[in-house]
Amino acid sequence: MIEWLSGGLIIAGATLALLAGVGVLRMPDVFTRMQASTKASTLGLGCLLAAVALRNPEVSFVVRAASIGAFMLLTTAVAAHIIARAAARSGAPIWKGTLVDERPRHITGPDTK
Amino acid sequence: MLSVPVLIALTMLAVAASLTFLRLAKGPTLPDRVIAIDLIGVLLVCILVVMAGITALQAFLDVAMVVALISFVGTVAYAQYIEREGS
Repeated sequence: MIEWLSGGLIIAGATLALLAGVGVLRMPDVFTRMQASTKASTLGLGCLLAAVALRNPEVSFVVRAASIGAFMLLTTAVAAHIIARAAARSGAPIWKGTLVDERPRHITGPDTK
Repeated sequence: MLSVPVLIALTMLAVAASLTFLRLAKGPTLPDRVIAIDLIGVLLVCILVVMAGITALQAFLDVAMVVALISFVGTVAYAQYIEREGS
């Protein structure tokens, strides 16, 4: 039972990581690439950590897995925010199909869309 | 005990890392490359966690934690650099 559960969690986590890779390769601009990468990789890593903690139910494993998960949940959001701000301020090009561009005009200029 | 799901998962992680390396090579702007490096760090942590599950060694989890830390600091440093110098 535990074996099946951890196998399913490992497959789910690896699938999410693969989706992150495909998203980073296929998405059209910096900001969409970033959301594909951060969301999928955080949830994927969470699934993998849960699978490892299920497979080795000892205190040292569970505590380490939980601390890695908490650390990644905190830092992935911060890193994504910082890169997005840097990309927006350095005037990274945005996808042509974007409907709402909330970046201020004095940063992006009138015709970067 | 290298079971079938673990083999499939390691293959998928390797494919994801190769796709990310493609974006790292192509990436038109500097933020694209920083995102690719960040994702490669996360995928490395994923692979280390799976290895810890296979071998039941705690050392892999310690290494995964250190890689996550270093990757975060590197990403923040790159972002500061981009903000100061422009892409």
